[in-house]
Amino acid sequence: MKNKVVSVEQAIEMIPDGAVLMIGGFLGDGTPELLVDGLIKAGKRNLTVIANDTAFPDKGIGKLIVNKLVKKVIVSHIGTNPETQKQMIEGTLEVELVPQGTLAERVRAGGFGLGGILTPTGVGTVVENGKQKITINGKEFLVETALRADFALIKAKKADFLGNLVFNYTARNFNPLMAFAANVTIVEVEELVPVGGIDPNEVHVPHAVVDYIVRGNAK
Amino acid sequence: MIQDPKIGRTVIAKRVALELKDGDIVNLGIGIPTLVANYIPKGVTVFFQSENGILGMGPAPEPGYEHPNLTNAGGSPVTFLPGAVAFDSATSFGLIRGGHVDITVLGGLQVDEEGHLANWMIPGKLIPGMGGAMDLVTGAKKVIVAMTHVEKGGVPKIVKKCTLPLTSVRRVNLIVTDLAVIEVTEKGLLLKEIAPETTLDEVLKYTAASLIVPEKVPTMPVTL
Repeated sequence: MKNKVVSVEQAIEMIPDGAVLMIGGFLGDGTPELLVDGLIKAGKRNLTVIANDTAFPDKGIGKLIVNKLVKKVIVSHIGTNPETQKQMIEGTLEVELVPQGTLAERVRAGGFGLGGILTPTGVGTVVENGKQKITINGKEFLVETALRADFALIKAKKADFLGNLVFNYTARNFNPLMAFAANVTIVEVEELVPVGGIDPNEVHVPHAVVDYIVRGNAK
Repeated sequence: MIQDPKIGRTVIAKRVALELKDGDIVNLGIGIPTLVANYIPKGVTVFFQSENGILGMGPAPEPGYEHPNLTNAGGSPVTFLPGAVAFDSATSFGLIRGGHVDITVLGGLQVDEEGHLANWMIPGKLIPGMGGAMDLVTGAKKVIVAMTHVEKGGVPKIVKKCTLPLTSVRRVNLIVTDLAVIEVTEKGLLLKEIAPETTLDEVLKYTAASLIVPEKVPTMPVTL
């Protein structure tokens, strides 16, 4: 059996400059901070980040923006990080804004083997620009294409050594969806338990989609 | 009209709270909508949904009892009430887009005669992103806009046609401001109530859209 447990440094070494990353978290809650700090320490460049938001300048994904590691973000919200708006206006950071529910479904579709989803959200607004529209039973929907990434960097409360995952409260958010949607999924966990140590009923994400496990700082 | 903006915001929150019915699933936006939670009528139990993945959200915890993984959609610490559920973002927006949220209360930059809401960007000025607003307005059973009637400087926010980018083409149901309660109907914007200490002339002066004004317009049933 492959040992999935690696150090932060080993995990970060796998990620090349220019990689497309999905990073879990909602305003920093549920973001793998050790992996984020690892990217900064290694000085990765030209990253594309798919995430819910760019958090705060001193928290989560916000730190990647402040350190200028990112060339493009695909997010639903940037309002809590003035640095994102500054770099966007300066033209050094490309920002694609996606409605939050649409973003969740595009990630889910990418991980679940679908080409995209149909949603009423955004019809008749600037979000529909350049997108195909389909009418079903008299109602208009936008075609929103699936998203995938080279790497998903996610955060869980608990894993076993196989990579079965349990998330904590509102730290769950995009993490379980992203786990499915990347070529390589790396999870930072607070607690690592023996195989069999998690009740099968309580597993939120099955180990099949987890490639590497990094032990994080227990809270 | 009410001169103190703080009292104005409280009046809006108190009036919106009267729209909540026992058992409703409610999503409150940031700003004035958040205040609504303070004025839930006695005997009414509602379940607050938060788009980051909670149904059954409670108030902020006592200092020292914050949990880093129990936050609201603004990133602030909250609590669970008994019966609360935590879930991922796809499930959260399944509730929202799927029509399982009874009422969403959002702030507004502009609402127009057709009931269209603009509340997520001012081109060239303010571009925070839409977050969950487009899904909420598109999917919730009832959409209530809770906002000040005018911008700073007295510029009307209820207009003939929105000049700012729309949040959704779905019409909102009710507009509650510090001057009036306005219902969006098939025939247009219907003036339902006028705020305390406010005259009909003031409402008309500060509204840039046509209003349907019934013969008798009651005062909002809230205390200052």
